[in-house]
Amino acid sequence: MNLTRFLKTIFLVEFVQGLIIATKEIFKKSKTINYPFEKGSISPRMRGEHALRRYPNGEERCIACKLCEAVCPAQAITIESAERSDGSRKTTRYDIDMLKCIYCGLCQESCPVDAIVQGPNFEFATETREELYYNKQKLLDNGDRWETVLAKNIKLDKPYR
Amino acid sequence: MITYINFLVQEIYKILFLLVPILVSVALIVWLDRRVWGLVQKRKGPNVVGPFGLLQTLADALKYIFKEIIIPASANKSVFILAPIVTMTLALVAWAVIPMSEELVLADINVGILYLFAVSSLGVYGIIMGGWASNSKYPFLGAIRSAAQMVSYEVSIGIIIINVLLCVGSLNLKDIVIAQKDLWYVIPLFPMFVIFFISALAETNRPPFDLPEAEAELVAGYQTEYSGMMYAMFWLGEYANILLMCAMGTILFLGGWLPIVDIYPINMIPAPIWMILKILFLFFLFALIKAIVPRYRYDQLMRLGWKIFLPFSLIYLVITASFLFFLDKLPEGNF
Repeated sequence: MNLTRFLKTIFLVEFVQGLIIATKEIFKKSKTINYPFEKGSISPRMRGEHALRRYPNGEERCIACKLCEAVCPAQAITIESAERSDGSRKTTRYDIDMLKCIYCGLCQESCPVDAIVQGPNFEFATETREELYYNKQKLLDNGDRWETVLAKNIKLDKPYR
Repeated sequence: MITYINFLVQEIYKILFLLVPILVSVALIVWLDRRVWGLVQKRKGPNVVGPFGLLQTLADALKYIFKEIIIPASANKSVFILAPIVTMTLALVAWAVIPMSEELVLADINVGILYLFAVSSLGVYGIIMGGWASNSKYPFLGAIRSAAQMVSYEVSIGIIIINVLLCVGSLNLKDIVIAQKDLWYVIPLFPMFVIFFISALAETNRPPFDLPEAEAELVAGYQTEYSGMMYAMFWLGEYANILLMCAMGTILFLGGWLPIVDIYPINMIPAPIWMILKILFLFFLFALIKAIVPRYRYDQLMRLGWKIFLPFSLIYLVITASFLFFLDKLPEGNF
């Protein structure tokens, strides 16, 4: 052990330096946020909770083409369709098992009419398992609730598609 | 009979007057510890429950109270239950002799420092009992480690205390503080103060010497099998012990309740506040160190205790003694 290192060890030089650095760090701004009270920024591409969108006149966008059902790698989507009285094809059932879903975003990519989308909401934890089996009504409600944000996000992401 | 009851009530009142502030300050100190730790790592630390998160520990304690106490089937039941009680009681009992000011002391006994040392040494029994009675691998290993560690570092703490006692000439804690009226012992005995501080870290199982509860290898050490209120009692005892070590360091080296300089506006601040400020300063260092150091390896810990601290404090003891003897500065004690 050479002399400088010996002196450094004896006088705890590095230790005192560490203490000084730690004291300085205390007065710096913290990197974390008060999560439930303040939230970090979210990208428009955020793949969160699903939603089924409507046209501005209130008509459902979904045409029951079942591309999302076909592409879904986790097979979380179940769709049944029927002809409506006006002759258009609409879904009678649109279920997503949110527990199977892997949030890959392929359903959104495959949708030709931008009906099924993944919104910015990631806080949809529930107390029971059953609440996470989403049906058509729940998805449409989600769409109505988040429509402004969803439309804005799709518009912001348009140039990159 | 009436006088006896009167006496009893008076004593209980005094004990409560001591214990309640200690338990409250333990709760606050846990918060301070976590907060400082968080701030150093640029996190926020507990800040939700109460103003600045001050009531966080209370919330934790309530949670522990309502949790189920699980006693392992193969455990030695009575010893298992006794262990946390012993730890907490010993940590609190030691506070009886700590003087907060010239008048504010529960038991002003002449061998105060000896009593303090004896009680803090007994603290290892709670840990050994807990580890052994759990009848499981990790608690047992943790308890053995802890015992070896505490015994090793107690030796150097003992010699450091002798250093101070040589300068004071009395075992009474009040006399020790009063003897520092002109010069705090942290200045002439600075190396001893540093060694005392590091030994206190090891004695209370704080990082970097938290080997008994090294979670990477021993899960939680001797506390592994404990849950609910019994775990909380271990944890309470641990922090009460840390505070006790800070108080001991304050009395031995930082001049107890004496103000920094004895001039007009500063010496108007009441004595207990000085004492509390100094304890807080030492605890702040404890908390900072927890945030900056990695854990020692077990053989490094033992090497530091036996091969460095013990010889060094012995040599310093000889130096102090010869200095006092040849310069004719030996204190006018009762010897």
